[in-house]
Amino acid sequence: MTSMRVSGRGGAAPKVAPYAFVAPAVVLFLLVFALPIAYTVYLSLFRTEVKGLGLGLGNRTEVFVGLDNYWRALTDSELGAGALRVFGYGAILVPTMLGLALVFALLLDEERVRARGFSRIAIFLPYAIPGVIASLLWGFLYLPGTSPFNQMLRELSLPEVNLLSPTGIYFALANIAVWGGVGYNMVVLYTALRSIPRDLYEAARIDGCTPLQIALRIKIPLLAPALVLTSLFSIIATLQVFAEPTTLAPLTNSLSLTWTPLMKVYQDAFGRGDIYSAAATSVLIALVMFVISFGLLRITRSRAFGGER
Amino acid sequence: MRLDIAKKAVAVGLGLTLLAACGGGTEQAADGPVELSFWAWAPNIDKVVDKWNASHPDTKVVFSKQAQGDDLVTKLLTSAKGGNPPDLAQVEYQALPTLVSNDVLADISEGAASAKDKFAPGIWDQVTLGGSGVYAVPQDSGPMMFYYRADLFEQYGLKVPTTWDQYAQTARDLRAKASDKFLGTFSSNDPGWFAGLVQQAGGSWWSVEGDTWTVSVDDAATKKVAQYWSGLIAEGAVDKTPMYTPEWNKALNDGTQIGWLSAVWAPGVLQGNAESTLGKWAMAPMPQWDASAPRTGNWGGSTTAVTAGSKKQKAATEFAVWLNTDPTAVEALVTESAIYPAAISAQEAQAKPPAFFPNQPDFYTQAAKIAATSSGFTWGPNVNVTYTAYKNAMGEAISGGADLVPALTKMQTATVDDMKANGFTVGG
Repeated sequence: MTSMRVSGRGGAAPKVAPYAFVAPAVVLFLLVFALPIAYTVYLSLFRTEVKGLGLGLGNRTEVFVGLDNYWRALTDSELGAGALRVFGYGAILVPTMLGLALVFALLLDEERVRARGFSRIAIFLPYAIPGVIASLLWGFLYLPGTSPFNQMLRELSLPEVNLLSPTGIYFALANIAVWGGVGYNMVVLYTALRSIPRDLYEAARIDGCTPLQIALRIKIPLLAPALVLTSLFSIIATLQVFAEPTTLAPLTNSLSLTWTPLMKVYQDAFGRGDIYSAAATSVLIALVMFVISFGLLRITRSRAFGGER
Repeated sequence: MRLDIAKKAVAVGLGLTLLAACGGGTEQAADGPVELSFWAWAPNIDKVVDKWNASHPDTKVVFSKQAQGDDLVTKLLTSAKGGNPPDLAQVEYQALPTLVSNDVLADISEGAASAKDKFAPGIWDQVTLGGSGVYAVPQDSGPMMFYYRADLFEQYGLKVPTTWDQYAQTARDLRAKASDKFLGTFSSNDPGWFAGLVQQAGGSWWSVEGDTWTVSVDDAATKKVAQYWSGLIAEGAVDKTPMYTPEWNKALNDGTQIGWLSAVWAPGVLQGNAESTLGKWAMAPMPQWDASAPRTGNWGGSTTAVTAGSKKQKAATEFAVWLNTDPTAVEALVTESAIYPAAISAQEAQAKPPAFFPNQPDFYTQAAKIAATSSGFTWGPNVNVTYTAYKNAMGEAISGGADLVPALTKMQTATVDDMKANGFTVGG
């Protein structure tokens, strides 16, 4: 901006120009991002209060309660339990999804591989299916009564598997996310792999490296920035998990309507009609994500991006 | 200062969003007929609305199809907060106190109080909330009944249970004769179903004295019902998977579930979910706790309500009363929407059985007798909280193989805590 002003010979119009250029972005940012956040913080400091039986007009008033909603959210055992469940789910999901994405990316990067274009599309395709639809489809496959897998097991007189049991549900949910997420992460990693100069591999080969050694000692270390990025995105997506458990909940006794923190926010806001405590919980979740994201970047920055100055 | 600007900007922003979302549906032409917006989900109710529009050129009702039950409550609350609710909406009985308490519904006693005599007193109490106001006009009711596969009952030599003891024994006998079949299921996903069973057992979850609410979701009658089903689940006599899942539909279709404790509207559901079983089902009164004093509860049933935000409440009230008491309207509701009307005169007038029950010509005569044994029930101002707690606590108890009675304590605590947090006076 400074350089523009200098080159603009100092008149009134050139001083306005840069502001006019950034105005649409700033206005949109303020309207759809900053304002809702500010309004959420504002709401989180209030609560409604009912007088008497509450049956009749004008019985509800909005009262200022300071940080009371935050204190309630922090001491709510269901929110803590939900956070723990999400960590358990993430512990299964993130390593599996990124591990598979990395393996597929490395395989596709091999020179001898055939039908590369087709495989890439085929692995990526599930990402195009919306989470709710995928969950409905998987729901059919999981329900013991309608599952073709269980039917096969029954015919072979093998014990049946119920993925909708209290423990199985973690794997059932992680599976939906793995199925949908591997392709996306693979494309990110694969693109990063393609940008590594090929002569590095040639040099390694001349030094006697096997393809496996090239993958482990050259490709993966050079992929580190992309791996950090995909992990960060995956962790954020994990913390925000909502559509899959919400869609599966009516099918099973194992999923409560407050199974994840975001489901609890939804229940508070729209089930209980208490947008105030929902706002407080949202702010807390955002803070946790902020801390995790920046913490992870801080820890890994020196290592992963060390060579990128 | 800053906060004020922010507030105004937010208000403008929200206003714009709402305007965009609603497309100005409630705007009215400067001259011409009064236009009323109506949100409902009953199947084919638009055809009944058409009849009104044909005979009332001065008042045009614009119908808009909505999602059922809880989702519409959420949408009504949100639209009322946004200041742009529809003029009329279909509301279930248990949602009335919640909506009244949130200032969403108008008191229409002036235009609707005279309709009182057209309904059974128990039903009318539900729309007055025990006070002098009238917050909706009853549309249909859902007295609970027992549905069973007559052909399979005969095949396995089972008799229709008339008491809960017999129901338990029938469930066991069936398991002994066909280990892959169930007489029914306990659904952690259907709090309205459980509430109906509790009403039958004489439970009372909310009551009012002066300005004080009393909450007893874990009262003796409710405990009795929970204990009964705990026992059946523990011995494996009934299924424990939720209703309304693809698995349950399949089980109704292929005869894995040979019975269903449901309500008068069940034929429509069976027709949709288990089409291949046409003519194989039969209906009987609910199994009883005390066979000498038969009772039943209600599962579902809804009303037509006018919103407090409506600028045309008088015209809207006229439509609500017409829709649910006018003989042609109610007849159309029965034939087009297949509901069980709340208006007494219409209940008696139904001669033909539901299309899915050609084998039971006296279906509605029996239904009217059963409906007369419905027990009253007072709904609280936060039924949605209790219902969510039911789904969570019952689901957890069943999947953990535990007793259902402690889940009632969780429902009670969740309900009372929420009411206290909102500033209600809760005694007892």
